[in-house]
Amino acid sequence: METKKSSRQLLDEALAKHYEDALTAKAAGKLVAWATSICPQELLETMDIDVVYPENHAAAIGARKGALTFIEHAEGMGYSSDICSYARVNMGYAEIQEFAGGNIPMPDLIFCCSNICNTVIKWYENLAVTLNIPLIMFDMPFNHTYEVPEHSVKYMRAQIEYAIERLEAITGRKFDYERFAEVMKISNETCEWWKKATDLAVHTPSPLKGYDMFNYMAVIVCMRGKTACKEIFQTWYEEMKEKAANGEGPFKDGEESYRVMWDGIACWPHLSSTYKVLRKFGINMVTSTYPESWNIRYETNDLDGMARAYSSNYANRNLNYGIKNVTKLVEDFALEGIIYHSNRSCKLMDFRQYEVQRRVEEATGVPSVIFDGDQTDPRIFSQGQYETRIQALVEMMAEKKKSEVTYE
Amino acid sequence: MYLGIDIGSSSSKAAIIDRNMAIVATHVINIGTGTRGPSQVIEEVMQKANITQEEILYTVVTGYGRVTFQQANAQITEISCHAKGVSYLMKGIRTIIDIGGQDAKVIRIEADGRVKNFVMNEKCAAGTGRFLEVMARVLGCDISELSDLADSATNDIPISSVCTVFAESEVISRLASGASVEDVARGAHLSIAKRIVGMCNRVGFEADITMTGGVALNKNVVKVLSEELNMEIKAAPETQAVGAIGAAVFAYERHNKQD
Ligand code: SF4
Repeated sequence: METKKSSRQLLDEALAKHYEDALTAKAAGKLVAWATSICPQELLETMDIDVVYPENHAAAIGARKGALTFIEHAEGMGYSSDICSYARVNMGYAEIQEFAGGNIPMPDLIFCCSNICNTVIKWYENLAVTLNIPLIMFDMPFNHTYEVPEHSVKYMRAQIEYAIERLEAITGRKFDYERFAEVMKISNETCEWWKKATDLAVHTPSPLKGYDMFNYMAVIVCMRGKTACKEIFQTWYEEMKEKAANGEGPFKDGEESYRVMWDGIACWPHLSSTYKVLRKFGINMVTSTYPESWNIRYETNDLDGMARAYSSNYANRNLNYGIKNVTKLVEDFALEGIIYHSNRSCKLMDFRQYEVQRRVEEATGVPSVIFDGDQTDPRIFSQGQYETRIQALVEMMAEKKKSEVTYE
Repeated sequence: MYLGIDIGSSSSKAAIIDRNMAIVATHVINIGTGTRGPSQVIEEVMQKANITQEEILYTVVTGYGRVTFQQANAQITEISCHAKGVSYLMKGIRTIIDIGGQDAKVIRIEADGRVKNFVMNEKCAAGTGRFLEVMARVLGCDISELSDLADSATNDIPISSVCTVFAESEVISRLASGASVEDVARGAHLSIAKRIVGMCNRVGFEADITMTGGVALNKNVVKVLSEELNMEIKAAPETQAVGAIGAAVFAYERHNKQD
């Protein structure tokens, strides 16, 4: 009898297959797209176009300690070291086209949505121009108002419709609306299971080990329109549900002493050393803004809903929304502290960080700490400084715990 | 007897307190982690206190070099130790500015000495003691002379680069175009002060304020910083040893289970 595969096995296999499929498609002369992480991938999936996500590939290169070669190359091409390191890694890769830790096929189409930041606009435009290939751009202005305004939704919807026309023209094939409905349904279910799984971290101790979320995130980025992805999250959910029922925490060999949120992207090149410091103090990152960022939900066949969902992600929302969002995470997940990664790459995330920190602290009284780092540029990080800041956070959390248990 | 050691990037400090929590001896040596500074400072502080190793009941180490120092019972961050040291030495302090060799921090403390929150400099050396070291080198003086030099400045020369490396070349070109050493020294102090004021604003500082760490020995920096903050900075006794004293108080508390 075949034993049931763990979600981790499924995850690794799916990710390997995702990249293999794209390479095979390219070799067979099929069209391949490069896309941004929170783009309306439903359109590409419906058209059966293989997609790879440079952000995910850059993160993988970073985690496998290969980023510097590409970063230096991109800087040599004239890109400033102040530009997002995902962009630098990817633009360097677009020229070198070889990474021992895993390659991606070169694109025939660029598919870019600016709901995550403005950097991607120029990054992807430059790729399209340099490679002389078509660019489909979803211009998604930042929502300065608390709610996403209706005109933004309309604007996005029109761009989705236009993108469908462009895809038909580029591929010479008709867009299949029945298949589209199916993909919408699958994508929504995948997102629902992603959210359900990551929400299990509300249990104390949390069955979710936060750093695992960074790994599982790869498939919500790369393949949320596929049933295989949904199944990974379902399996992951079942595994963690069982752990929660047995009162099992995140660590095999120790307690979950502190529950924190990690704001921002991981430090991929220093993933294990940043993790070890947290582990040493029994800190579990139980959540971040990511569970909600990929909770992209709408009714099947509701194009307005889809447009709204893609305009509504955390990164594209105003300061008050961000503060409310994090404050709610503190309450829902019984957080004891927050670690803010001041990520040199991601201006959009950083620029509001100090104010979010100040106001969330005011609202919740939960201690927090900011450290400097970068998602893929290994040069922007100091282990000693990181450790001191994390330990100081632990000391503040410990003091707070002590003062809270005195009135028994 | 209880020993606190503070191993910084450019100095090593030690303090011993007795069972009545009174300071018996403190000592500072101007070499830090990775040198013989830590062992030397321990040896010399024990000589000063006239005690032997056996009499030490508990040791707490802090500072940048704390993680690699093996001979202590516990290691605690310099943030908590400075807060502890200051609240042991002084009354009514709510904000601590600590500028060390490679870290600058502003710590807000509660009335009972607990850390409320803190900010530290970004990864670079702007606003730290290292910046002043570089400035002293460019100006061809000893770091201890900067204060007097700046006191006799007659002009305000802004140094706009926050980056130590850029500031170095900026200063060289200022000197080349005829600026006086005195004015540039004051400019360097202003640059640090502005950087620290930014951190103070970020953490939301409150009176009373004190300043610790090696840079606090530079009277002119303290003066310039007071002016920029528009608030008097209370001088801390044993400026350089505050972290070590805090560590020693922690050692006392841990050993007597008050912690
Ligand atoms: S890391 Fe930030 S700047 Fe870079 S692509 Fe992502 S959202 Fe944009």
